[in-house]
Amino acid sequence: MNWKFTLPRIGAALIALIGISMLIFAIARVMPGDPARIALGPNATEEQVATLRAERHLDAALPVQYWEFVKALSRGDLGRSLYTNRPVTTDIAQFLPATLELVLVSVIIMVVVGLPLGALSAHFRGRFPDHLGRLIALLGICTPAFVWGVILQLVFGYFYPIFPIEGRLLESTPVPPTVTGFYLIDTLLSGNLSAFGDALHHLILPATALALAGIGQTARLTRSNMIEVYAKPYVEMASAYGFRPWRIATRYAFRPAFIPTLTILGLECAAMLGNAFLVEKVFGWPGISRYGVEVIIRKDLDAIVGTVLIIAAAFLIMNILVDVLVSIINPRIRLSQRKS
Amino acid sequence: MTREPVLTIRDLHLAFGRWGRKSNVLHGISLHVGAGEKVALVGESGSGKSVTARLAMGLLQESRATHATGSIRFDGIEAVKGGPEIARRRGNRVAMIFQDPTSALNPTFKIRGQFREVLRSAEPRLSDAEADRRAEAALAEVSIPDPARALDSYAFQLSGGMNQRVMIAMALANRPELLIADEPGTALDVTVQAQTLKLMGDLAATRGTAVLLISHNLGVVREFADRVYVIYRGRMVEHATTKQLFAAPRHPYTQALLSAIPKISGGGLPDLPERSPDFERPLIVHEGCGEPAEVV
Ligand SMILES: Nc1ncnc2c1ncn2[C@@H]1O[C@H](COP(=O)(O)OP(=O)(O)OP(=O)(O)O)[C@@H](O)[C@H]1O
Ligand SMILES: [Mg+2]
Repeated sequence: MNWKFTLPRIGAALIALIGISMLIFAIARVMPGDPARIALGPNATEEQVATLRAERHLDAALPVQYWEFVKALSRGDLGRSLYTNRPVTTDIAQFLPATLELVLVSVIIMVVVGLPLGALSAHFRGRFPDHLGRLIALLGICTPAFVWGVILQLVFGYFYPIFPIEGRLLESTPVPPTVTGFYLIDTLLSGNLSAFGDALHHLILPATALALAGIGQTARLTRSNMIEVYAKPYVEMASAYGFRPWRIATRYAFRPAFIPTLTILGLECAAMLGNAFLVEKVFGWPGISRYGVEVIIRKDLDAIVGTVLIIAAAFLIMNILVDVLVSIINPRIRLSQRKS
Repeated sequence: MTREPVLTIRDLHLAFGRWGRKSNVLHGISLHVGAGEKVALVGESGSGKSVTARLAMGLLQESRATHATGSIRFDGIEAVKGGPEIARRRGNRVAMIFQDPTSALNPTFKIRGQFREVLRSAEPRLSDAEADRRAEAALAEVSIPDPARALDSYAFQLSGGMNQRVMIAMALANRPELLIADEPGTALDVTVQAQTLKLMGDLAATRGTAVLLISHNLGVVREFADRVYVIYRGRMVEHATTKQLFAAPRHPYTQALLSAIPKISGGGLPDLPERSPDFERPLIVHEGCGEPAEVV
């Protein structure tokens, strides 16, 4: 790990996170509606509401409230959800892994399908496989993930019922003991292979629905970057020096084209975290995005701030990872770091 | 006894574009290069030198927007339509040196990986160790001081002159019969250019490599070439031995070219004051430079 390169990025991410926390803290509180009243329901008395407001420092000035929040945060406490009536950290620990697992599997599908599709398109540019590939990519992009969700459910859950359309596991499958919260990993750790199969089976449709737009973007991006690289002198030189076309497509033109692609892929992954909400809704997936929307509707202050912060953190971590990855595969950046 | 030339181009026509928007770039180019010969192709910018070279390498694939007719004979095959036959011979029987060596090397792979690929175009089963051994030998041949270090570098870490040598070493590694150099090293300084030319001259002399040099530089051509072709707007206008051409140019275009440069210059092609209808006159071939004999 190159700390000279990574540390400034981590620092910048932390500053961004502090900014985001202030912003979301203020926004959550200026939204219309009294959170205490919403939490307690219409039948609660004024006294009960007032007690709750006092308990949660809701009548204090905004900076005072923020200070209380920071003090709690330093103890690892994100407050309590008014909706689930549990610590927000407990909720996040439960819901976040489900989303991360979904997004991660989607990213894998996106990369494994999108990159070769784009590379093939570029290799056959202007010919039939290219036209087909671009059509698929365009369809992927212009159809929202939740529509894909519904289509996939209809086709593979209803007409050809080969995939489950809801939840993370069958009723009959025991939930694996929580280690990472990723069912794919936890089932393997508990040595239950059939549960692993079941978890994977449940993941395929929602992950595909979430991945399709990204596949389209990845393919288009890879295609255009590859075509740009194909016009470079070093690719003509590779042909002139007898490199086989297949080696050029999969290696000598692919690597330089992949570097700019990777940067955008990082953004695409981050967008998936947001898109995950609709897919989670369609597939009854107990993830953090769905939780986030529920708590916003209920004006569940601590839960909103906690969820937004955790998603923002995931986003920022993803960005740092991409930067580090780019610096690893781009020799120019890597070597200039070593010198400094 | 005459042998068949290594490369024979006859009546080569080339057009780009589709349907009504065709633009004709070559109008019947013929040339030949024999084993051990150093032949130069000169002409102003846009006259069609590079496309001729790329066609000879099979690098301009026939497509809906690229139409080549005529004949390019090399190594017993017909290469005018590109295709796998000529592709198999690239990097192997025929090689090319590009103008700007640094941009002709891949910035994301070390020289080592690229060199291995070059060697494997001739021998696909070559082991890494053997490939590296040969690469080091090839680099030493072009006087690169520390071949192992050069192999472990990226092109952007080496100087332009170094890259030029690396590219030449790659071009020569598989001992090609024909070497095409499209304005080699014009992006570099004069000493590197001179070294490159010397290396190519040695190759022609010692290995019998046929060399086709494309150049802007009449001084260089005079020093280097045995024979010269002058191309003007996609047409061959004069073909002579170097001596004949510089002593007594006969075509009006060539005369204008030569008279426009100061006597001792080594500089690039001069800007001609104006285009003359005279320049379109048909090809002039000097004595002793006729059509190559067919194989007996
Ligand atoms: N792929 C292409 N599509 C369309 N036109 C092209 C293409 N390649 C070359 N041309 C045109 O063909 C003509 C000849 O180009 P070429 O590169 O062979 O010239 P050149 O003699 O090498 O010039 P220079 O000395 O500047 O390198 C030019 O007018 C150029 O615009
Ligand atoms: Mg040219």
